[in-house]
Amino acid sequence: MSTITIPATDAGPARPQGLVEIHNVHKSYGGVEVLKGIDLTVHPGEVVAILGASGSGKSTLLRTINHLETVDRGSVTVDGELIGYEQRGGKLYELREKQVLERRTQIGIVFQNFNLFPHLTALENVTEAPLALGRLTKDDARELALGLLDRVGLGDKADHYPRQLSGGQQQRVAIARALALKPKVILFDEPTSALDPELVGEVLDVIRDLAQLGTTLIIVTHEVGFAREVADRVVFVEAGRIIEQGPPSDVLVRPKHPRVQEFLAKVLA
Amino acid sequence: MTDTLPRSVVATVDAAPSPSSRVDLGDIPVVRTKHWFRWTIAAIVVFVVAQFAWSLVTNENYEWDYFAHYFLSEPVLQGLWLTLVYTVVSATIGFLLGTVLALARLAKSPLLNGAAWSFIWFFRSVPLVVQLVVWYNLGYLYPTLGLGTPFTTDFWLVEFPTVQLISAFAAGVLGLSLHQAAYSAEIIRGGLLSVDQGQLEAAAALGIPPRRRLSRIILPQAMRSIVPNATNEVIGLVKGTSVLFVIAIPELFYAVQVIYNRNSRVIPLLLVAVVWYTIITTILSIAQYYIERHYARGTVRVLPPTPLQRARHWASVQWARLGDGDSGPTPLAAADAPEVARVTFRGSSNDTTHSGGASA
Repeated sequence: MSTITIPATDAGPARPQGLVEIHNVHKSYGGVEVLKGIDLTVHPGEVVAILGASGSGKSTLLRTINHLETVDRGSVTVDGELIGYEQRGGKLYELREKQVLERRTQIGIVFQNFNLFPHLTALENVTEAPLALGRLTKDDARELALGLLDRVGLGDKADHYPRQLSGGQQQRVAIARALALKPKVILFDEPTSALDPELVGEVLDVIRDLAQLGTTLIIVTHEVGFAREVADRVVFVEAGRIIEQGPPSDVLVRPKHPRVQEFLAKVLA
Repeated sequence: MTDTLPRSVVATVDAAPSPSSRVDLGDIPVVRTKHWFRWTIAAIVVFVVAQFAWSLVTNENYEWDYFAHYFLSEPVLQGLWLTLVYTVVSATIGFLLGTVLALARLAKSPLLNGAAWSFIWFFRSVPLVVQLVVWYNLGYLYPTLGLGTPFTTDFWLVEFPTVQLISAFAAGVLGLSLHQAAYSAEIIRGGLLSVDQGQLEAAAALGIPPRRRLSRIILPQAMRSIVPNATNEVIGLVKGTSVLFVIAIPELFYAVQVIYNRNSRVIPLLLVAVVWYTIITTILSIAQYYIERHYARGTVRVLPPTPLQRARHWASVQWARLGDGDSGPTPLAAADAPEVARVTFRGSSNDTTHSGGASA
């Protein structure tokens, strides 16, 4: 992990924050164990790519980080804070929804199928969260949103509805929306999987820019080439366990685990 | 795409090598297909409608003079007013309570869930007429109502005789509202369920508080499927008020009955009611169109012009023709300049992609 001097942009946190600690996380759905004891520490400003076959549990792992999925055992903390609970004495207290929401705003997420609000314009999609949380006035939110849309190259599309945008443009609006709360950590759940091949590049460009800014990024992806270029560390998940991890120059070039070798052979073929 | 395009070009060239076969639809007259069957059916429909219209004029049993005399008469207008009051009050209470019931049905608490389910089950089971009569006669069941010590009839705070508390008006509003609440609850629940789960997830991930998630993200999208059904319900309610005659409330239908029982002009007076109900339904249908249009924003790339915009455009075309014989009609799209600008933009960005592909 490289220490980066953070330029004073709107989306970057004031100082390196965004330490994600995942400790012994287990999760089952109706008797099927999807996560079988995951341990992973992501340092502030680090860019981690999570690779693995579909159904390996990598998306579920990502969603436990912002408490969209609860965990059965183990814990997930961001800067030492549990997202859904508070520890007092020997007990864990479930937080009230408002507090969960407050903590969750430190973590942005970008979904595979964008999940933009279709009845709101690109601009309104970005201003919605800061306005809902009463963090900004209307004018300030608008200014922030226009700046963010500009940054993802969509300054001229602010008044378009999502359906009037291409998939790549929609995903870039979704990234701007996630940035609006100035999160310390941004999660990407297969951000380019729903896109036409020629649109993948524009989204990856935006993520590449973010990686330079010192926000912690955790990216579930199938784009091995992109992972090699952008990630500080690649994590391989197989059947609910991390089977190999390390710098992309090692893991993606000289994989040790046979499953990783197999996967890479298939993907890179 | 890139495969099929050149191939089809080749096919055309093979099949028709002579350049004269490359027609331009703008230059050659086009002979339209004749739809004989469609025309025959249309002719029959026109005939039936004309026949009916003719009978409206010539059949003296309609007694249009009586119709005209009573259409705007005092008791009819008062009845109409009551019909509107009951509709508005019951629809408002019904939909508010319906929303609460729908949310309770979707809540995680099994108790709230069961209570809402039971309410809906009961009020959908009991016919509206029966319910109205029961409310009207509630005094037989509970002679007095009041507040006091729970589980006793010791009403030391306030006490009312039921007959006084539940007037005919209250019985009518209660009956219609509770009936309406049960039906609208299911319509609203259906609408909420029709919104993609991902929307809720995205809103939650952004930290948007639950109430705003509902009002700003989920409900506006749910309205797309709620509005048509809800309008149906309100229109049903307008006509449902005619049932109120069983508890002697002088709404529109009751008012005309009173008149025709006196003068025996049954048909013209029923027509008075029919025409008024039709007018109300027409207004509601127009309102529905515009409400649906409002909630359609973002669902289609460009909203089609409203009938009014279309009419205005047609008029302006005719006007232009009058003013200057040579100039042809402008394209319809010109009626909505900003929306067109959007399409053109969108289209042109597409074009670049396509031309890029074609040249490759």
